Parts: sequence; C-alpha cells; structure tokens
Amino acid sequence: MPSYSFVLNGKPVTVEAPADMPLLWVLRDLLNVTGPKYGCGVGVCRACTSHLDGDEIQPCVVPIADCTGREITTIEGLADGDRLHPVQQAWLDRDVAQCGFCQPGQIMAAVALLKRTPRPSDADIDRIENVCRCGTYCRIREAIKQASRSR
Amino acid sequence: MLGKERPLAGQLSRRKFVVYSLAASTLTLAAPLGCDGARADADEPASSASRRPLDVLARGADEEMLVLEVTAANKVVVRLPRVEVGQGVTTAAAMLVAEELDARLVDVDIPLAGARAKGNQYTGGSSSVSSLYGPARELAALARAKLVTAAARRWHLPARSLRTKDTRVFAPDGRSATFGSLSASAAGIQRPDVSSKPKPASRHRVIGRPTTRIDARDIVTGKAKYAGDLAVAGAKPTVVARPPTLGGKVVSVDDRAARAMPGVHAVVRIPGGVAVVAESFHHAFKAKDALRIKWAPGPLVSLSDAAIRSRLRAAVPRLGSPPRGSAQTQEEFEFAFVSHAPMEVLTAVADVRAHRAEIWFSSQTPMDARVSIASALGLPKAKVAVHVLRGGGSFGRRLNYDAAIEAALISKAARRPVKLMWSRGDDIRHGRMRPASHHRIRASRVRGKVVAFAHSTASVSEADKQSGASAQGGAGPAVAPAAGPLPSDRGLYDFGRVSERSGSVELAMPLGAWRSVDSGTVRTAEEIVVDEVAKALGKDPVAFRRTTLRSKAVKAVLAKVANAGKWGRAMPPGQAQGVAVHEEYGSCVACLVEIDATDPKSPRVTRVVMAADVGTAVNPRGLEAQLMGTAMDGISTILQAGLHIDRGAVREGSYADFHYARQRHAPPRFEAHIMPSRRQPGGAGELGVPAAAGAVANAYARATGSQPRRFPLNF
Repeated sequence: MPSYSFVLNGKPVTVEAPADMPLLWVLRDLLNVTGPKYGCGVGVCRACTSHLDGDEIQPCVVPIADCTGREITTIEGLADGDRLHPVQQAWLDRDVAQCGFCQPGQIMAAVALLKRTPRPSDADIDRIENVCRCGTYCRIREAIKQASRSR
Repeated sequence: MLGKERPLAGQLSRRKFVVYSLAASTLTLAAPLGCDGARADADEPASSASRRPLDVLARGADEEMLVLEVTAANKVVVRLPRVEVGQGVTTAAAMLVAEELDARLVDVDIPLAGARAKGNQYTGGSSSVSSLYGPARELAALARAKLVTAAARRWHLPARSLRTKDTRVFAPDGRSATFGSLSASAAGIQRPDVSSKPKPASRHRVIGRPTTRIDARDIVTGKAKYAGDLAVAGAKPTVVARPPTLGGKVVSVDDRAARAMPGVHAVVRIPGGVAVVAESFHHAFKAKDALRIKWAPGPLVSLSDAAIRSRLRAAVPRLGSPPRGSAQTQEEFEFAFVSHAPMEVLTAVADVRAHRAEIWFSSQTPMDARVSIASALGLPKAKVAVHVLRGGGSFGRRLNYDAAIEAALISKAARRPVKLMWSRGDDIRHGRMRPASHHRIRASRVRGKVVAFAHSTASVSEADKQSGASAQGGAGPAVAPAAGPLPSDRGLYDFGRVSERSGSVELAMPLGAWRSVDSGTVRTAEEIVVDEVAKALGKDPVAFRRTTLRSKAVKAVLAKVANAGKWGRAMPPGQAQGVAVHEEYGSCVACLVEIDATDPKSPRVTRVVMAADVGTAVNPRGLEAQLMGTAMDGISTILQAGLHIDRGAVREGSYADFHYARQRHAPPRFEAHIMPSRRQPGGAGELGVPAAAGAVANAYARATGSQPRRFPLNF
C-alpha cells in the first residue's frame, strides 16, 4: 500500500492507505482524529470541513493522494493549547452549539471565511453552505461577526 | 456502588418527592423519577418545611432513581437517565443541581445513564426538564443540608451559621471546606441540622440565568464524542447495502468480488440488506459497492406521491354537518413526508458474544431498545448492556433504535465487534419520516363569531413493521406518554363546538415521531385557517386572535410578539408579516415572521420574533436556542424541505435534495422573548414548531396574496 506524509495539526504524520481513500476516513479511521464528522460523504453537508494549506476543504471528497506534503488542520488543531482560536471563543460566547455535531465544520468554515474576508457582510455569511440541522444559524452569524470584530 | 446500598433508617413521606440516602463511602442520594413527567410542587406551602421527613427508607432499586454523588474529588455527579441530543438537558440538569447545592457549574458532571431495567428513562414529549425539576432540586437540597451539617460538626459551629458557595461550605470566620472533603462524613448524617427544602424561586441565582452549555467547550474543540467517535476495541467500520425501494428484499448476493477486496473482514446478510465489515469506512463503502445483489422490489413499488395523496384525501373522515345557518370557511391542506435527518447519521457500536452483548448508541428509549436487542439476539435482557451516548441531533429519530438492532445482528453474525454507520443515503432513503397527511378544516361562522371548528385529518401510518430492517427498531411513531387531549381539543380558541376526527392510510413505510409530532401539521393547518377566518370577517389576524384566544398566557405571548415585532408596520410589496400561536406541554408560544416573497419561488424569512411562556425557564439561553431551532423547522417544512415517494422509493438521498434550511434561509434577525414566570417548568423543546410553521405560511400567504395549501411550497 502506498504511504503518504503530510503535516496534521502541526505534526508530521505518515499513513499507509489506498490512494483514493478520502482524507476523512484517513483522519477518523486510521489516525483517530474524530473532530471532522461524516454527515454525507459527498461534500454537501460540510460537517467534515477542515483546512488544507489554510483553505477550506471537505475531507470526505479529498483523496489522501492529494494531501502529500501539505498541511492539514482539523478542529483539533485550531486552538493554541488551552487558548481558543477567536472563532472558537466567539462560538463559546454566543453559545452557538446545540447537538454540536456540525460545529467543528461550521467553525472551520467560519475561520476560512474570515481569512478570505476579514469583514464579512451578511451576504458573505449567507454563502456558507454548512448544514446545521438544529438550526443554530442565527447564532453562527452573530459569532462570525463577533470574531470579525475581535480581530 | 448502588448495588451495595443499605437503607438508612427513616420514615415514609407523604410528600410528592422522596429522597433516599444510599450507604456509601461518599455522600450518595437518590430520588425516584416520576413515570409521567411528574412535576415539582413549586407551590408547596412554606409550613411543610416543619413537616419535612427524614431520610426515607430506600425501597426499590437505584434503577428507578436519579442518583447524586459528591465525590472526594469535589465533583457532583448525577448519572442522568435521559439522552442529550442538543436540547440542552444535561446543562439544565446541572443547573438545577448547582442551584440547590451552591456548587459551581463546572463541578457538576452529568454523564448519561446506561439502559436500566425499570423506571422512567424516556427522553421525549418535551418532558425532560419538567420531570427532573423536582427530583433534581430535592436531591441537591438534601445533599447541601447534609454537607453543611457535616461541616458544622467538624468545626463545632451551629449549622445555621454556615454558608455554601462555589462547591464549598464556609464558616463565619472564613474557614472553608470543599464538598468533596465533607462527603464521607455527610454520608453518615441522617438528620441534617438545617433545612433540606429547595430554595424558593425568589432566591434562585442559577435557575433562570442565561447559561452556556456545559459541553460547549468540548464541542468547539472537537472533543465531544458521538457513537462514531468511540474507539471500542476491535469494533470495525460497517455499512449496509440497502434495497433500491422501501422494504425491498435480497434475492441473491454475489459477494465474491467484495470479499476479495483488501481490508474486508466480513459480509453478512441481515433483514435490511447486506452488511460489510471492513478495516475502514472507505474499505467498507467500496466493498459494499462491489456487492452484486439481486433485489426483489418492496411492497410499495407501484406507489408514488400522487396515489398516496389521493388515498389520504379519501381517508379523511367526513366533517359532519355544520351548524344550521352558519357560513363556512373550509380549507384543505397537504403535508409531505419529512426526514428527521439529524446531522449524525444513525451509528451504533455492538460487541455481541455468545452469552452477552454490549451496545453503544444514542437512544431516547434505551430501556425498550435493550429489550428489543436482547430479543433479536436471543439473549436474556440482563445480559445486554446498552450504553447511551450523546446524539448529533434527533428530532424524534432516536426514539427508534433501528441501527442498534442491526449492529447487534451484524456483530453476532460476523462474530466480532462492529461500528455500524448508516450512510446519509441510508438515512434519507430508508430512515424514518414524519408521515404525510391531509387535513380538512371547517370553521363555521354565525354573526361574526366562530360557532364550530371541525378538523378531519388522515395521515400515513406504518403497516407491516416486520418487513425489512428499516422498519425494525421501535414502537412506531407514538411512544410518547399520552399527554392529554390533542391541542385543538383544549379549546385554544373560543370557537364553539370543536371536533377532531382522524383517519389513516396504512403503508409499509418507516415512520417516526418528528419534533412536535402531530401538532407540526395539525396545529399549523389550524393557524392558517384562523388567518382565513379573520380575513373572511374583515379582521386583523392579531386582533382576531386576541379576541378569540381563551388563555391569558397565550394572549400575553401574542401581545409580546406583536409589540416587539411591530405588527402591522408598512411593508413593501412582496413582503409581509405573519403570526401564529401554539399551546402544548404546559407552555405556550407565539411567533411573528416577516418574509420577503418578492420571488415566490425563493422566499426569504427576514425576521422571526418569538415569545414563549414555559413556566420557569431553567436556562433562558437554552430555551432561546430551542425556539431558534423550531423557527428553522418551520421555515424548512413550510417552504422547502420534504421527501417525494417515486414508485416505492424515497427520491431524495442527501442534503443536496432534502432542502433543510441553510444559512441563506435563516432570518438575519431573530429574537426570542421569555415570559417571566415562577410556575413549574412546562415543555419547551418541540413547542415552537407549529407556531413557527404557521407564521411562515401566514406571512407567505399575505406577501403573495396566495393560499398556500400544500407543503413544502417549493418542492
């Protein structure tokens, strides 16, 4: 089986996996990194949203072969030790989560949005596709705005 | 711990709640949970304090109880016989305990109890907080009294001179001791020297304070564990190939190619299809796709939406004759099937051995699940352990335990532990649904007054529960304890003679209770008719409701949203407000919606204002979250999210075509007003659905000048 090396949450890792194995299952089943969630497997619900070289990706549709030598950040790698990322802190302050299952993906999508667009408009926020079945969208919007202001 | 309990001496109580002391090396108390959402007796007269009982002789098993332990490490642990699926029950329970103990919230742990043999372990019917409110506070108040007494004896001070704060007891001289350090001696105290009565509401500092979820930090850091995140030794990823149609059956399987694939551990047949156990979910999905299965079509293969709708229409019972001389407003409504579609697909870990089984999954009904799993496996119930995990959403879906039974059968057949996950396609195509329904409603008017209100409805009901795995795993839709008459029977409005009749069309489909159950359609349709009646009478929808609603509390929430939402304000063409109310679970709610339907095919709800009276709102921030969720449910089910049936199969297969609301459909402005109340808590989790759905439909009707009658509208 081919092996692939990449940087995961700041640490180099090497895994043996089939080339077409989606990053999501590499993370969850081989590396026991379970923050990114399976919600659809086809890049639609975006519960697995993470970062590849700082850009938003859906690991359920990114094959591991495309990750060689690159930096992957999951929700587990967002905080600086015990110090939360400002977006995580905003999520706490606004008590965004309900069931919490989509929230790692929501947070990673928000971080990527704020990187692209530090002062997102309502229309920018509306373009976030991540599904939250609990319907926490209003608090997500507030939290993104708070994180934007705190930068 | 509790198996070794030794009852302490005491006397029987006539009080509604009894608290038991359990002999243990740490302070451990237990109180029974009511079986029917027993309510706290908040109005208990103060004089009863003097008649408070001592500890009560423990009868029955810990199984039936809520148990509180103060550990030596200064943690207060209450193993909760409920499931957390996002509704915030663990936070509410922690708040009740922290309040009465004067403990810091972070020192209170609320793990979820595994399935018990008896007692009330049902999460549903919006009953959790109301059923916990009394017992949790009683337990914590007695624990506090014993801890204070233990400190008083240690310091030789009068117990009344001591204070409690931040999980510690304080002496007037500033000395303090943690609850943990007092726990062992408190365990031996039978008669506390201070009152063990819960605080009056006027002294509440935690209850009623907007509080962040106790698991919020775990969630935002990715640490919160769901069933699929567990690392149970040897439990291998497992998926199931399911038939193209509902209830389809395997005729033959050629699994040679699948078995030959790398990383495949087992291929086994189960009633619902063919399961593949593999090294990873990637391997499992690939091997599943390599299975060559011949399927026999399911029993509904000749049936599609049009036929289901006409059968439902035909099954609606006759309305009967209207009162003589009355004028009629008569309307018909149709609601499509709706998926629960919780974000976390059904997932269950099972380790079935020859003489015992262990299952891990998120369940609203773990006791029933345990019985059914034991029966499916041919094991005695006592040999089946069910561990209850937090769920990634539920909305009623986890009342049923389809995946747990499947996982158990697969583990047994494959002779190894498995981690079964339904794919999203499985969830939407073979999962449970809110039944489709048809409604015929007639309001009869005489001289500007409604004198009779008749509602006849027909909905799909589940037939042939034994067919196919997707039809397994649960008692069907209505496992909620009967909560009294249907909402419309209670006479929410002064509409004279109110009648309700229901019929059904039995189909072999997997159905389930969906948040707010029948009210989500029945009451939504009624709120639309109320607007129609107001229109027929030339009255404003809010003014008409104000004069016809019976309850002061409902009028008050309506007035609140009308005021806060500036009801009647001028809106541009294509935009409008809509309003609706609902009363259930001992609570009531009103919702005001503003919608921009300039493009009727792509409407946007721009503002939602809700007001709720749920009695004591233990956590107003959590209640606001629940209302927000129900607003999104109303937007989704009325405007865009439903399931089609095409020749016996569900057409939709993911969130790409099951259009549950996204951020762009959420109102940019949302506010929830919580009415102050010292009444005991009512239910809240499902309350908002009919009001939100009704208000969205009414706003859409007013914005477009149309009469929305089939939901979802853009489908």
